Amino acid sequence: MAGKTLFDKIWDTHVVEEIKEGPSVLYIDKHLVHEVTSPQAFAGIDSRGIRVFRPKNTVATPDHNVPTIDQHLPIKDELSRFQVNKLTENCEKHGITLYGLNHPFQGIVHVIGPELGITQPGMTMVCGDSHTSTHGAFGSVAFGIGTSEVEMVLATQCVLQPKPRRMRITVDGELSEGVTAKDLILYIIAKISTSGGTGYFIEYAGSAIRSLSMEGRMTVCNMSIESGARGGLIAPDECTFEYLKGREFAPAGEDFNKAVEKWKDLHSDEDAVFDKELFYDAADIEPMITYGTNPGMGAKIKGNIPKLDEIDQSARESYQKSLSYMGFEAGSAIEGTPIDYVFVGSCTNGRIEDLREVANFVKGKKKADGVTAWIVPGSRQVENQAIEEGITQTLEAAGFKLRQPGCSACLAMNDDKIPEGKLAVATSNRNFEGRQGPGSRTMLASPIAAAAAAVTGVVTDPRSLL
Amino acid sequence: MSIDKFQTITSTAVPLPIENVDTDQIIPARFLKATTREGFGENLFRDWRFDKSNNIKPDFVLNKDSYSGSILVAGKNFGSGSSREHAAWAIHDYGFKVVVSSFFADIFKGNALNNGLLPVQVSEGFLASLLAAIEADHSTGITVDLESQVITLSSTGASESFDINPYKKECLLNGYDDIDFLLSLKGKIAQFESART
Repeated sequence: MAGKTLFDKIWDTHVVEEIKEGPSVLYIDKHLVHEVTSPQAFAGIDSRGIRVFRPKNTVATPDHNVPTIDQHLPIKDELSRFQVNKLTENCEKHGITLYGLNHPFQGIVHVIGPELGITQPGMTMVCGDSHTSTHGAFGSVAFGIGTSEVEMVLATQCVLQPKPRRMRITVDGELSEGVTAKDLILYIIAKISTSGGTGYFIEYAGSAIRSLSMEGRMTVCNMSIESGARGGLIAPDECTFEYLKGREFAPAGEDFNKAVEKWKDLHSDEDAVFDKELFYDAADIEPMITYGTNPGMGAKIKGNIPKLDEIDQSARESYQKSLSYMGFEAGSAIEGTPIDYVFVGSCTNGRIEDLREVANFVKGKKKADGVTAWIVPGSRQVENQAIEEGITQTLEAAGFKLRQPGCSACLAMNDDKIPEGKLAVATSNRNFEGRQGPGSRTMLASPIAAAAAAVTGVVTDPRSLL
Repeated sequence: MSIDKFQTITSTAVPLPIENVDTDQIIPARFLKATTREGFGENLFRDWRFDKSNNIKPDFVLNKDSYSGSILVAGKNFGSGSSREHAAWAIHDYGFKVVVSSFFADIFKGNALNNGLLPVQVSEGFLASLLAAIEADHSTGITVDLESQVITLSSTGASESFDINPYKKECLLNGYDDIDFLLSLKGKIAQFESART
């Protein structure tokens, strides 16, 4: 019998029941909850007259809808305030731990899970948010769900889920200087498109993946969903264990050592069979940026926007619609495009390492006139750490505006919107039409590429400023 | 609790021949602040239907009076991006019962099925023929028969079968509720928990 993949090992040990010709009843170890996709689910269980089944396996925080200035004041927007208050009410009613605004643990749900040690290898995790795939960086099976499924998990700690197929993406070799985890994942998505991963759960492997920090691994797994994959995961190793050691909710003392012994078994067997395998060479990857209106429309910063005849006939209408929205010409060079905004933040690149990289990059430099540069830390802990390390000062001296933690301009549910027609280089995960505010235009890139654009005022290969 | 039973549908259709329609287009994030499931249809495809001053954009298909019906026929990779179930609610609330495409994003597909909105995946060739037929004659009817898993173009009789998970099919046809089913397993779930520790 062939060996098992890591994904199968975790999934199979969490199946409570298989439905014949149907989905699995999958047990969920950790359920993360935020204010936007949960109120209807709580209302559902209330109308059934039932309680949350396992409140202790559930953690909540408001992130999508929160302002990123004056968080100590009541939220001005009435609907946002109502939604955030609803989360508080629901958590109180059902005995769920909530890290509300101004709590030292508050932040983007996918940033706080790992930094608090809530996320651990071998777990199943869900959240009503597609970027739940982030947690796969620790060797967990983590995926986003809809609100009806949030209700399932609140009610029974289980979700009905068809089992995805398995894909392995191996990236061997070394990333060269100035090339980051973000470039690696934008490169993969540009290769396989926004639907290339649909139906699959991806395991990332290879020496280039192994050499990434935990933050880098989180960036890669985070964007799995942008290829259509339900999630991505990376087998845990010393880097994972080292990261988790001493974290608030990670096992401590002898329990930690015991846990590590168990976690060491979490890897795909050598003879495991994947439904699909892809291989890339890290040496081929250069700093990337997107030029269109989905994350698969990415290219080297030094490259050109593809010409029309390089696009499949059937996809040309959508391609032209996309470029026309962006105001770009097929075939033109990408570097040198003037930009208006820079946004550093989100569950993709709003962690302390990202802020450090940006600070190192802009130290002694100034942002270009006419560029608005926002830095939004992923969590209160990231914010405090940035202050302690002097990162905040460096960034402010360079002309960046520091805001308070939240999802912010990644999806512009709050007031952090890129104005109509303006072009932003963003470290977030989606460049859809109007994603950062109605009429906004977004180019996705790494934190240092965003920093480079902020400094020069145009799209710039960060290697030229290193 | 039960949901509406899914009946065979014959209807005219609305064509949306755009690829990679993401859930941010279906329902932009700024409309996700509601705490109930109702009313999202009003903002379906908001920024394609209306300009920034809330004027109707006459060229967008939902604003063309000549197109109507409870079947939306869309380009490849429909529903990608955010997991927001509000996208399925918005489409359903607007009055659609079926979305036809040659490829669906996973989370959207699951959300649709959980809300009585049937995603029908057809071949690219069949999708192209549906779109061509609807655009040539806006009164063209399409029949979606879930029981036999067949979609038929009324004018020519051309048809194609489609896949659906048998469990989900049973749920839709009978109006079964997933959570009732899961709740019936609570004893088993508790057993599973104690066996692990």
